[in-house]
Amino acid sequence: MSLSGTTARRSVIPEPIARQPWGMLIPLFLLVAFGAAVLYSAAGGSMQPFATSHLLRFAIALGLAAFIASLPREFVRFMTYPAYVIVLVMLIGVEAMGALRGGSQRWLDLGFMVLQPSELMKPVIVVTLAQFYASMPVGMIGTARAVVVPGVMILLPVGLVLMQPDLGTSLAIIFGGAIVMLLAGLPLRWFIGAGLAAAALAPLAFFFGLKEYQQRRVLTMFNPEADALGAGYHITQSKIAIGSGGIFGKGFNNGSQSHLQYLPEPHTDFVFATMAEEWGLIGGLFVIAVFSVILRWGLSVARASQDRFASLLAGGMCATIFFYIAVNLMMVMGMAPVVGIPLPFMSHGGSSMLTNMICIGALMMVNRWNQRAPRGGILSG
Amino acid sequence: MKNWFKLGSGARRAGPVANASTLKNTFDRRSMMIGTVQGGVAVLLAARMGYLAIAENEKYRLESESNRVNLSLIPPRRGWILDRDGAPLASNRADFRVDIIPDRLSDADRTIDQIGALLSLEPTRIADIKSEVERSSGFAPIEVASGLQYEEFAALSVRLPDMQGVVPQRGFSRFYPTGSSVGHLIGYVGPASAEEYAEDRNPLLITPGYKIGKDGLEKQFEQNLRGTAGARRVEVTASGRIVRDLETRDDIQGDPVKLTIDGPLQDYAARRIGLESGSVVVMDCDTGDLLCMASMPSFDPNSFSDGIGSVEYAMLREDVRVPLRNKVLQGLYPPGSTIKPMHCLAFLQAGIKPTDAINCGGGRQIGNRFFRCHSSHGRVDMDKAIAQSCDSYFYHFAQVIGFDKVAAMASSMGLGKQFELPVLSQFYGTVPNPDWKEKKFGQPWRPHDTVNSSIGQGYYLTSPLQLAVMSARLATGREITPRLVLSDNVSTPKAYNFGAGEMAIVQQGMNNVVNGYGTARRARLPINDVEMAGKTGTAQVVSLSVSDGRSGPWKYRDHGLFVFFAPFDKPKYAGAVVIEHGGGSGSAYPIARDVMTFMFDPEKGLDALKGMEKSWGGTAQQRLEKRYAAYAAERGASVTPPPRRDEDIFDKVEAEARLAARQSEKIAVDAIAPRQDQIAAGTPPPDATLAPSQGNRE
Repeated sequence: MSLSGTTARRSVIPEPIARQPWGMLIPLFLLVAFGAAVLYSAAGGSMQPFATSHLLRFAIALGLAAFIASLPREFVRFMTYPAYVIVLVMLIGVEAMGALRGGSQRWLDLGFMVLQPSELMKPVIVVTLAQFYASMPVGMIGTARAVVVPGVMILLPVGLVLMQPDLGTSLAIIFGGAIVMLLAGLPLRWFIGAGLAAAALAPLAFFFGLKEYQQRRVLTMFNPEADALGAGYHITQSKIAIGSGGIFGKGFNNGSQSHLQYLPEPHTDFVFATMAEEWGLIGGLFVIAVFSVILRWGLSVARASQDRFASLLAGGMCATIFFYIAVNLMMVMGMAPVVGIPLPFMSHGGSSMLTNMICIGALMMVNRWNQRAPRGGILSG
Repeated sequence: MKNWFKLGSGARRAGPVANASTLKNTFDRRSMMIGTVQGGVAVLLAARMGYLAIAENEKYRLESESNRVNLSLIPPRRGWILDRDGAPLASNRADFRVDIIPDRLSDADRTIDQIGALLSLEPTRIADIKSEVERSSGFAPIEVASGLQYEEFAALSVRLPDMQGVVPQRGFSRFYPTGSSVGHLIGYVGPASAEEYAEDRNPLLITPGYKIGKDGLEKQFEQNLRGTAGARRVEVTASGRIVRDLETRDDIQGDPVKLTIDGPLQDYAARRIGLESGSVVVMDCDTGDLLCMASMPSFDPNSFSDGIGSVEYAMLREDVRVPLRNKVLQGLYPPGSTIKPMHCLAFLQAGIKPTDAINCGGGRQIGNRFFRCHSSHGRVDMDKAIAQSCDSYFYHFAQVIGFDKVAAMASSMGLGKQFELPVLSQFYGTVPNPDWKEKKFGQPWRPHDTVNSSIGQGYYLTSPLQLAVMSARLATGREITPRLVLSDNVSTPKAYNFGAGEMAIVQQGMNNVVNGYGTARRARLPINDVEMAGKTGTAQVVSLSVSDGRSGPWKYRDHGLFVFFAPFDKPKYAGAVVIEHGGGSGSAYPIARDVMTFMFDPEKGLDALKGMEKSWGGTAQQRLEKRYAAYAAERGASVTPPPRRDEDIFDKVEAEARLAARQSEKIAVDAIAPRQDQIAAGTPPPDATLAPSQGNRE
């Protein structure tokens, strides 16, 4: 079966390649390549240790995304709840091992690889809620059941992740879940109510829920210069890096902030500042533009789907990627507290690459479902 | 806004009649809203970034540069202080040093312990550094050690990343080749105090390793010696590691200061004072050049420049010989008989003939009271009065011409005067006269005041420098003024209005003191064809009922004095030796003899000194070091730290010097029974021995 949109190119390019969403993939490849260049510079002008492994991880994660994209709809729906339970058990396992060894732990050592279950939970919670709302009778969307069960589904992993403690990932899970709930059509007043309640509870959470170093980071956001050598150091140095880059940047491999180690974590959380110092506003606009293209494509995939499960799934995946991007960029520009959230496709780090490529894979999967069955009826392997 | 409205009503409608199609509608609207919000965030981020990169670009570019580039001053090499032949009295030595900047230390005690262990510093030194850090102003660097071995320096440097606020560097440190011999004269250098920085906000003053003059000539000539700092721009990492040099501007060394001091003579005289507490001044009779201003015992300016340690300070403070006092300028002593030749000049000016004689019968009746002489001299004319120091002669003629005239002569010969010298402080002393006594004590001048003053006792107070100037003026008949800085423009000083015959009589009397039938025959120079003329003096400090002046408690013993010039026939050098509590002039003139011997025949002089130093336990510098080691071993743990500011140390020393000068005032209220010129019992002053003695300390 083929689609009319690709008929013109069918004679030159093989159909399986031609039907891929190149409008998203090409900007993505460019972004990853750009990320590798920035990591090359962050390593002091060397492919090791960041750039090579970044590209390698992307290649592996791309393979995984392609595999996910090929999964059939029924299989995904069938596997959703078991996957949620497995990841939840892994989270409990991490917690238990941390308690046994004394001290917090975020990883499960599986022998052949190190797995961070809280990362997996970000896409899994989206699929789980999409499955829940897709299988719920449409008339029940305004009832308590529509909010209580998903609420528990979200709060269980969030509680476990908070115990690690990992505020950033907790917020990412809540955000992903909340967006799916919003898209599922829950009454808007509930969100407004929840928002008001959160605003009221925020001070309490701040004073009793956060550790002292986390409180300091939040306070620092409002006035980084007050403590320029302490908690505000990260934000101040990041702003210096971005601001000193100007419009065209200091040039490739010429960033003094990153090369002289003034910028903390120049290859992970603050990779955008590293980039902006050398490539300037032009580089920054390019990155923001690529992210816009990817997210716009993701949302269009979600909207194009006539299937409730698939559309909720795609919308939630977009939200998860968006959360990473927005929080990271706001953080490096001094508009959000320093939380350990890396920038998708650019930061050096396996877990974030894995999570974000799972999201991309899921979006490609829905895109494929859309192409195969625009009306959401017929299924094929 | 419109969107929100629609969403709200849509949700409300969806409540009761939800179906697949309304949910799909809701999804579309809400996903559109999410898309819009995301787009808004993207625009916000782009705007924020534009603001940072364009509007605030200037600010952040500067901050990035100030991060990257570290401008450090290179302390200028200090100008040398040279003696009259160009040999350095103070020079610079390249060395490795370590400073700490208290503000930048995260855990001061731990870091200092760590450095202490690495450099194996003594526990007392570590304690000193800690207390210094505690009371420091924070930004000013504190020296931990200098003169390090390269290995120690390297061991410290590799650990730098874990030691914030520790600054090891290669630099120059001040070096005084002759150590304690020049301590009082040259002074020493040290890091600027907070007060000094407040006065002169030169960033150089808080540059690690930079030191300014703290005392003596080092302080006096600070601006000449300072030089111009160099600068070094380097690229540094966040942890302070230097990546590369960007630009270096070399420092310009400070100007040298060339003194009139004869370095070897200064060192010789200082060492020759030996175990005693005293001073030696030698001047050039042609120019007024000060060739030697030795004051001993002293401190080692090399060790003071590393900071004044508490043990060192306590040792110096407790020494009754006051090693911190510059006795040349701040020691005031009754001149005793040393002023007698000068008084004779006053008599001659007043019309007394050299042949006018009196009969000394162990004293003389002045008014209705008999005043004793130290001996019974029989018939005494002027020549014999000088040579044998007959007191009766001076009682009589001072009474005859009136002491006002004598005092006027004393003043014109430089007593009671300050000289234009680049020194921080010099004492005037006192030439007493009736007006002065009336003003000071509200009491009339009495006959015993004339009697006491006529033999250089009573209220009379002079400094060794003034005595040296006096003897130079006696030797030349010219108004010689002392000078300390060498320059070519020498003008012949104004001649006094003395007759040639008058000068000859006085000078011959002084020659007879040494080379004739006088009181200091043992001061004769062991050199053919060079004769030294002089005059002995023994200054009592307590009354006869307290001490016989030559034995017993050290601080009650008489001061020994000697003024001299040589060669007799064509005076070239003149000077004075004052030995505190030496027990009599016998402690002073042998030193003058040896110093003059050294002047004319250095080898002979040194031979004499070496024998003596063997019995004293080494040179002055060696004895100071041994004494310190013994003291530190005994008292190290229980010393009081020195005052925070070096200025306080020397203010205190000066105040005490003024107080000490008044010691002899007490016995001035009555006539003094003068004593035969004599030498002390032979026991060295307390504290002169290597181990600190326990008794007899104030």
